[in-house]
Parts: sequence; structure tokens; C-alpha cells
Amino acid sequence: MSTLRTEEMTLNMGPQHPSTHGVLRFIVRADGEVMREAIPDVGYLHRSIEKIAEKVGYHGFMPYTDRVDYVCAMFTNQAWGIACEKLAGIEVPKRGEYCRVIAAEFNRLASHLLSIGTMGMDIGAMTPFTHALREREMINDLIEELCGARLTFNYMRIGGVGWDLPPLWREKGLAYLDHFEPIIDEFNNLLSFNKIFIERLANVAPVSLDEAIDYNLVGPNLRACGKQWDIRKDIPYSIYPEFDFDIPIGSGEFGVLGDSMDRYMVRIREMKESVKILRQALKQIPGGSVVAKVARNFKPPKGECQIRVESARGDMGWYVVSDGTAYPYRVHVRTGSFAAMGIVRKLSAGLMIADLVALIASLDVIAPEIDR
Amino acid sequence: MQPLEIYQQVKARFADQVLEVVEKPPDPFIVVDPAALVDICRFLKDDGALAMDCLSNQSGVDYKEHIEIVVHLFSYRHRHGAVLKVKLPRDNPRAPTLENLWKSANWMEREIFDLLGVQFDGHSDLRRLLMPEDWPGYPLRKDFVEPLEYHGISTTRESPIIRLETKKK
Repeated sequence: MSTLRTEEMTLNMGPQHPSTHGVLRFIVRADGEVMREAIPDVGYLHRSIEKIAEKVGYHGFMPYTDRVDYVCAMFTNQAWGIACEKLAGIEVPKRGEYCRVIAAEFNRLASHLLSIGTMGMDIGAMTPFTHALREREMINDLIEELCGARLTFNYMRIGGVGWDLPPLWREKGLAYLDHFEPIIDEFNNLLSFNKIFIERLANVAPVSLDEAIDYNLVGPNLRACGKQWDIRKDIPYSIYPEFDFDIPIGSGEFGVLGDSMDRYMVRIREMKESVKILRQALKQIPGGSVVAKVARNFKPPKGECQIRVESARGDMGWYVVSDGTAYPYRVHVRTGSFAAMGIVRKLSAGLMIADLVALIASLDVIAPEIDR
Repeated sequence: MQPLEIYQQVKARFADQVLEVVEKPPDPFIVVDPAALVDICRFLKDDGALAMDCLSNQSGVDYKEHIEIVVHLFSYRHRHGAVLKVKLPRDNPRAPTLENLWKSANWMEREIFDLLGVQFDGHSDLRRLLMPEDWPGYPLRKDFVEPLEYHGISTTRESPIIRLETKKK
């Protein structure tokens, strides 16, 4: 048989594509089923949040931070709070810190559940998604009781949190954890250890540790490469040093170190650690006030700071410049998804088109967090 | 190592190129000569005692008289960081790229180019990242004025309420 004439195809994937987790576009150069490269084209969700910060003032910016990453808005809330507190030297009351950590860790569970559920859905397993969302709904119910919102919380304030835990909330939280912990194992049996699932993720798009640091991958994506690194432990903030928890890292147990399966497994294991933190926090929470006295016309002194928090998508860096007025002079957010998106073009070379979907899902990219 | 010790080491080696050491808390920083930025960064990255293997953050600020590029470096090995700044003229801001030292600079510099209009010499793919390619101006500049429409799409919305309010004034 004579050889067939082939040529490179340029395909457009997105911006409206079910697996792109928001509005995200790739220009794929492919040779048959194999990609030469996938060039990400972002910006469809750019809402100029950094510019808005310069117009609305410090207190007024808190609800906007929800929109930076609406899947784990508690962390963006907390990061903004910490940045302002660091600029002005405000101390958060102990109970306020506990409320923050409790809300944030519940949010981490919700975010990881969404990531894991969509991961299954992206590669063709529909049912686990419904299981994951069922659990996430309960967390949303809890958080709704706490702050009245299910997605864009606006729960935290500069100096603490907006509201104390409602009556019985602590008991409800603990009861939920008792219910949820066995579900993680159920999830493993349903999805993680499914042979087809493993085949689709193991050995797909591995990242070496040097590469990960070079591209500034953070959070679960970095830990999947075998780096024991967590801002909560290594550059401690808030009250995390008071809790006993481990940092799960990738081990290449199903394929090679740092592959998509490792990234997935790190998230599954992190949920167990979050449950640990939540149990301790809900049991130890002290009494007292939940928010420090902060002037309504908040004017931090002239200066600038960078703070880093461990969000569900990893190390989130906020760089805030204050010129002494009631409006921040400049706010810059460096997010985990932004860094993760930067490495996609390199990782995509030689992958199958279907694996691009698995890669994006395993990096847990959230489009609004890239575009801000 | 504390930031100030790091800055002393940089200053000892690049005395003329370090223009300013600002010790103001919470985050002290140094201002360096743009022409020496890459050399200083390479020193910070390669020196064993400093080993800044991660470009944690790179952003820009428009200070009306000049534009600043702010570079946050971090060392996973030693768990310390440094903040470097370069001051660029506002009418033709040009800085050398850090892409050859840290790959993460690629996207962060594209973002700065996009929103503040800084040219990065030697960058492999300097295109707009977040804004449309034909967007006029650089939105994060302090004197940016939003155009009233983009390709016939209005950027403001007619509102009878706002019209009444402005009439009252």
C-alpha cells in the first residue's frame, strides 16, 4: 500500500467546551490524534478585578475577591483580609481565625470535590460527578447557614469574619465530617481505583519537580511532583501551626511521578487532611469576638506587602501597594491556575487530543482565576 | 536568610547597579538598574547560599512618573525570598526578560505587557494575554480612559435611573 499523504491540522477547542472549566480556548495543532502543541488562549473571563480594586476601597473590594476564584472564594477572602491586616498591623481575634480556618477548609473540601467530580466527567465517567456534587451541596448548605451565600461568600472582613457560627453549627459540622470521611473511601472504590480511570490518567503528562518549580506550579500540582511543600506548614499563617495534619505528596504509584493520576490522588488525600484539621478546629474553637475593631474608613499606612496563602489551587500570592489613602494603589493576584496554564503548551506536545482534557482537569484549572 | 542580608550580598557584588535599598517593613526591597536585572537575578538563582529557584511573582505598578516592575523571588531550598524592582521611564518602558532564567516569567511578562505596556526585550512570545489583541491602550495605567465602545459594542449601558441622577446634579 502506498503511503497516505497527511498534513497537520489546526483545531479550535473552546471557548465553549464542556471540559474547559469555564471559558477557555485552545488552538490545537494536531497530527491525526496526536497533538504537536496546544496553545492556550485566555482572557475570556477577564473582569479587570485588579483595576476595580483601585476604585472601590479596601472594605468594598472584599466581595470582588470572591470572583477571583469562585470555586474557593473563602481563600481569596482570607488572602485579602490577611494582606490588609499585614499592611495596617491588625491582629485578628482567636475565634475569628478559627472561623476563617473552618470556613476555608470546608471550602477546600467543596473545591476538591468539584475538581474530582469533573475530572471523572471529563474523561467519561458521569456518575461520580453526581456523587461529588451531592456531597458538595451539603457543604454549601453549611456555608450558606454561616454566611448566606453558596458560592461567592463575602464571609470574611478585614480583621476577622462577618458573623459568628450560628447555634448548632459546630455540631452540624462535626456530624457532616463523620458522614463525609467514609465517603472518601467510597469515592476511591467508585472512581480512583477503577482500571479505566487509572489507564486514562497514569503516565499522562508527567511533570518533573525542576520543571514544576521553573514554571511556578503550586499547591497540589507541585506536591504531585513529590515536593513536600504546603504554605500552611512551611510559611505558616493564621492558626495552622496549631493543627496536626500531614502533607500528601505524589509517589507515582500508578505510573510515573508527577503524572495526572498523582495530581488526582494528592487531592483525594488532601481531603482527608482537611477533615483532620476541621475536626481539631471545631473541637478547639475558643470563645470571644470574631472580628477586630477596624475603622470603617480603613486607611492602611503607606507601604506594600506580598502575602501567600494555600488555596485549594495552591499558593496564591497577593501583592498590595498602599499609598495611605482609602483606596489600594495597586493589587496584583498571582494564582495557581495562572501558573498551571503557562505549562500546558509545553506539556501538550505529543499528547493525544483526548488527553488534553485529562491534563486540564488534573491541573484543576479554573478559568476565572487565570483571567481575573 | 533575612531579606536585608540577601540585599547586602547583592550590594557587595553589584555595588553600582543596586540603586536603592528600602528597609521599610513589611516587605523591604531593592531597586536595581534595569540593564543589570538579568545578571543580578542570575546571581540570586545560581549562588548556593541564595538559590532563588522560583520566580514567585512578577508584576508592574504605574507610579505616574515612572513604571515599576516588581519581582518576587523565592527559594524553596532556604525558604527565603527577595523583592527586586526596576524603574522604567513611562513613555518607552523596556525591561529585559527573565524568561531565560525562570519559565514562569513568560506568562507574567505577557500580562505586564498587556496591562501596562512594558516591552520585554528578548521575550519569545510577547503578545497580549488577557485583553483582545486590538485593544487600545494599557488598562492598568493610571491615565487609561476606557473607550466608549469596542467594535460597535458599547462599554457603558444606557440607564434611565443614572440619567435622572445626572440630570439632578
